[in-house]
Amino acid sequence: MKLEYLRGVSTLKLDVDKCIGCGMCAVVCPHAVFKVENRKAAITDADLCMECGACAGNCPVDAITVKKGVGCAQAVRTGFLKGTEPDCDCGDDGTCC
Amino acid sequence: MNKNTQKVTLSPRLSAARPAAIETISSDYTRADRLAAWKARWGINRMAYRVKPGLYALGSPAANAPVFATANYKLSFDALRTNLKGLTAWLLVLDTKGINVWCAAGKGTFGTRELARVIAETGLEKVVSHRTVILPQLGAPGVSAHRVKAYTGFSVAYGPVRAEDLPEYLRLGRATPEMRRVNFNFSDRMILAPVQLVHFGRYLLPAAALLYLLGYRADAAYTLGALFAGGALVPALLPWLPGRSFAVKSAAAGLLVTALLALAHDQSPAQFAARALIYGAAASFVGLDFTGASTYTSLSGVMKEMRLAMPAHALAAAAGLIILAVGRFL
Repeated sequence: MKLEYLRGVSTLKLDVDKCIGCGMCAVVCPHAVFKVENRKAAITDADLCMECGACAGNCPVDAITVKKGVGCAQAVRTGFLKGTEPDCDCGDDGTCC
Repeated sequence: MNKNTQKVTLSPRLSAARPAAIETISSDYTRADRLAAWKARWGINRMAYRVKPGLYALGSPAANAPVFATANYKLSFDALRTNLKGLTAWLLVLDTKGINVWCAAGKGTFGTRELARVIAETGLEKVVSHRTVILPQLGAPGVSAHRVKAYTGFSVAYGPVRAEDLPEYLRLGRATPEMRRVNFNFSDRMILAPVQLVHFGRYLLPAAALLYLLGYRADAAYTLGALFAGGALVPALLPWLPGRSFAVKSAAAGLLVTALLALAHDQSPAQFAARALIYGAAASFVGLDFTGASTYTSLSGVMKEMRLAMPAHALAAAAGLIILAVGRFL
């Protein structure tokens, strides 16, 4: 059974004009969000994106932008309590990643 | 400039290190390794499972043997070396503060800068005759392959997501689409459940014990039920629980357990409604944290559902407590 998260929330954007079709985004994406056809990348289904940022960081021409982060409620809560961005540094108690 | 493309500079003294003595390791998975993995999953002294960062020799690798990078978390290191059985290779262990590859990549500690540092400090270019480092694909969120190339001269090849696919990856010379995809099947989920149970058990077990001692035996049972629902049923039944939101899925698991426990408990409909609100909210709170263990939730999605779930949890719990309190004094 396929697991899919909330629709229409991903911040993933691809600038097709900048794209050189190297295919690195398709290599690094753990959810097969990209496909490369005719030397251009395309987003197949942005709702599958988990915003890990691998594609953007490995795009040699900065054609991809995404608000990178971890989809972790504990991190969001910790960040909120500390007044910072979502923070997945849970200290040394080893309860999360 | 893209937020993910932070500038990395290396200090010159890192660039020409003399290779230190390289430790030789084996691909055997021993009983001690198995016990350590079990303890780590249950959070028993988990931060003790650090491997010393640096370069290791698996068997007696030649200068043209492949180089594999990994994190200095024992479970990551063990997954790599034990899946290279019968092969010789160089293992490059990054200092990720004892955190696994994917999580460390998310934080950036398994990253461009650390990879460049460890390549320089181990003198890798003098040890091997080629210029390629194979990284686990899940290291990619922290690493810019083109920057590593620019800083170190080494090309990054992203290997499969799972170390168990490495022999096939090496045989084919590439990763298949299946090797590139992250899964979250039943065993993937259940292996992460203990961490969640231990984390919330720390608060909810004493709470249940206190309720029991105060004479609220039913509520002690419902509290344990909420922990079980959010911490164990949510991972187990994730694809079958209703909705896409973890808060909704977890509330459903909480309501299910609360209703089952109510079968053995005589109470008024109002009291049942109150407990459904309280323990449904509690299970939802616990289960929402499983987003952190999941392999497919995004930050934008979690923020969106938390904005709704946090007030909903507070309101439901408050309403339930009021109903119980009013019932008691009427």
